[in-house]
Amino acid sequence: MNDSSVRIAANALTKVYQRGREEIFAIRDISLEIARSEFVAFIGPSGSGKTTLINVLGCLDNPSHGTLSIDGRVIMGGDKALSEKELTRIRRELFGYIFQKFYLISTLTVAENILLPCTFFRKAGTENQLPRLLQLLGIEKRRNHLPAQLSGGEMQRVAIARALINRPSILLADEPTGNLDTARSREIGEILRQLNREEGLTVILVTHNLELARTADRIIELRDGQLHGG
Amino acid sequence: MLSIYKVSFKNLLRKKTRSLLTVVGIGLSAWVLASLLGFNSGYESALNKDIDNMGFQVLLTAKGCPYEAATLMLKGGTGLRYMQESITDKVLTHPEVEKITPMLMHAVFDPNKGESGGITAYLGVDPATFPAMKSFLEFQQGQWFSDSEAQEAVMGYEAAELEQREVGDSLLIPEYNIELKVVGVLKRSGTQDDGTIFVPIRAVQSIFDKKGELTALGIKVKKDADIARFEEKLYELPDVQVVSLAQVKQTIMNLVSTAKVMVASIALIAIMISMVGVINTVLMSVFERFQEIGILKSIGAMPWDIFKLIWIETFVMCLLGGIAGTGLSLALSKTTGILLRRLLPYAPTGSLIQLTPEIVAVTLALVLAIGLASGIYPAWRAARVRPLEAIRSEVE
Repeated sequence: MNDSSVRIAANALTKVYQRGREEIFAIRDISLEIARSEFVAFIGPSGSGKTTLINVLGCLDNPSHGTLSIDGRVIMGGDKALSEKELTRIRRELFGYIFQKFYLISTLTVAENILLPCTFFRKAGTENQLPRLLQLLGIEKRRNHLPAQLSGGEMQRVAIARALINRPSILLADEPTGNLDTARSREIGEILRQLNREEGLTVILVTHNLELARTADRIIELRDGQLHGG
Repeated sequence: MLSIYKVSFKNLLRKKTRSLLTVVGIGLSAWVLASLLGFNSGYESALNKDIDNMGFQVLLTAKGCPYEAATLMLKGGTGLRYMQESITDKVLTHPEVEKITPMLMHAVFDPNKGESGGITAYLGVDPATFPAMKSFLEFQQGQWFSDSEAQEAVMGYEAAELEQREVGDSLLIPEYNIELKVVGVLKRSGTQDDGTIFVPIRAVQSIFDKKGELTALGIKVKKDADIARFEEKLYELPDVQVVSLAQVKQTIMNLVSTAKVMVASIALIAIMISMVGVINTVLMSVFERFQEIGILKSIGAMPWDIFKLIWIETFVMCLLGGIAGTGLSLALSKTTGILLRRLLPYAPTGSLIQLTPEIVAVTLALVLAIGLASGIYPAWRAARVRPLEAIRSEVE
C-alpha cells in the first residue's frame, strides 16, 4: 500500500486495563493499515478485542501504547493521551458511528434525529444532505415519524443517516445488525457496501455475523486481542 | 436546521408528568415570592397612604387634650384643652415644617340626638389650608366654605347620614341656637373625617367664644425631615403634647415585621424545596440519558454543548414556572391579600399586595437565577460523561 492510499495506520496499538494489580490486555501490539475507501470487517469471538480496537481506531478511546495515524498525521502517539475535547474534535471531523443500539432520541422525528450532530457541529456543504440521505436510505416517507413508529431496520437506517450527515470520511459500525433479523441485517450490509462503493467511504465494521462480514473487501480476525490472519 | 433549544425543549416532553410537577413546584415558589415582595411593598404603601390621608404626620395639641373625636365622645365632650393661636408662628419657624393647619374642636350636648341626647362635635378648620392638606377628600354634594368666617358646614358622609342633611339644609347648633348652612357633603373616605362636621375655624372661634384659641395644629413635615428630631424640638414648646403618626406607623410596622418574617420563611422554604425539585428532576433525567449523552458526545457534542443542553432544560422549566407563578400571583393578589389580612395584627385599608412590573421582573429574575444555579450541578455531571463509559454502561 503506498502512503497516499493509506487512510488509517495503526502501529503496535495496545490497550491495557488495570484490574487490581492485574493487567488485562484488551488488544496487544496491533499494527495494520486501512486504505482509503476500503471496507474492512473485524470478526472474532466475544472478548477478542474487536470493540476495543474499533474504539481506539475511532478515537473514542486512547491506546495505552502504540500510535495511530490518519491520512499520514499521527493522531495518537504512545504516551500522550488526548483530552476528551481533542478526541471529540477529531471524531466530529473524520468519523461517523453506528452502534448496535440505535440510540435515537424518542422525542425527535426521523429528520431531527438525523440532523442532531449538526446541532453541535456542522461542516460546510451539509445543508442539502438530509433529503439525499433520506432518499439514499429509503426513509423519505418516514421523515416526520418518531422512532417509536419505526421498525428496527428503519431505526438503524436513521442511525446510519445520522452518522453520515456531517460527511465523515470514515464510517465505524460496531455490531450494526446485532438487534436485527437476517433480512434486515442483509439490507444493512447492502447499504454499507453501497456507501463504500458509491460514496467512497472508508468503512470499518465489527460483527459476529459472518455473512455481513463477507460484504467487506477484507476480513480481519481477532483472537485474544491480537490479529489473526487478514 | 435543528436548534439546541428545540432538542432541550423536546427532552422535557419525554417525562411530561415529572416536568409538569417540577414546573408547578417552581410556579408555587414564584407565586409565594412575588406575593411576599408585593406584600412588602403593598403593606407599607397602604399604611403610608392611610397616614397621608390624615393630611399631616404630626398633631400638636394642648397637653391633656383629647385629639380624636372618639376620645372626646367618651369624655362626654369635655376635657378639651386650648393653645394660643400664636403657637403657629413658633411652629412655622422650624425648617422641617412644610404646611400647617390650625383646628379648633368644640362639642355640644344635643338633647335631640338619639333617645337620650348625645354629643355633637364641630371641627373648626382653616378653609385656606385644611382642604389643600386633605386633598383626597371628595365631595358627594357641594363644596368647601364660601368664606373663612361663614356660618357654614361641610358634613362627613356618616355625619350627613346620621343627621339626614343635604346641601342647602340648615344645621342647628343646640344651646347656641345658631343655624349653620350645609354647603357640602363629603364622600365616604374610610377615615374619622366621615363622622365629622367641619365649620370654618373663625366661625367656631366666634360662635363658641374661643377667639385666638386652638385645640390642635396639624403639621405636615417635609419628606426628607427627621421626624423624631422635629418632635423632640416641638416638646420644647410649653404645655403641648405631640401625637406622631410616624410613631404609630413604626409600632404597626414592628407588629407586622413578625408576620413578614413568617411569610419570608415560608417563601424561603418553598424556594429551597423547588430548588431541590429542579436538581432532582434534571439529575434523574441526566442519569436516565447517560448512554444517550455518551452518544451525543460521540457524534460531536463538546462538554459545553451538553452542559448547555441540560442547562437550557432547567432554564425552560424555571421560565415556565416563573411565568405561571407570577401570573398566579397577579391573578390571586386580591385573594392573597384577604388571607394575609386575617393573619395580620393590623392591616391598613387598600390593597395589601402591590405587584408592580418591577416586582414581577425581580421575581422572574430570581426564579431564573435560582433555577440556573440549581441546574449547574446536573449539567456539570452530564458534561463530564465520557462517551465510551456511557456506551459501555447498561444504564438506560
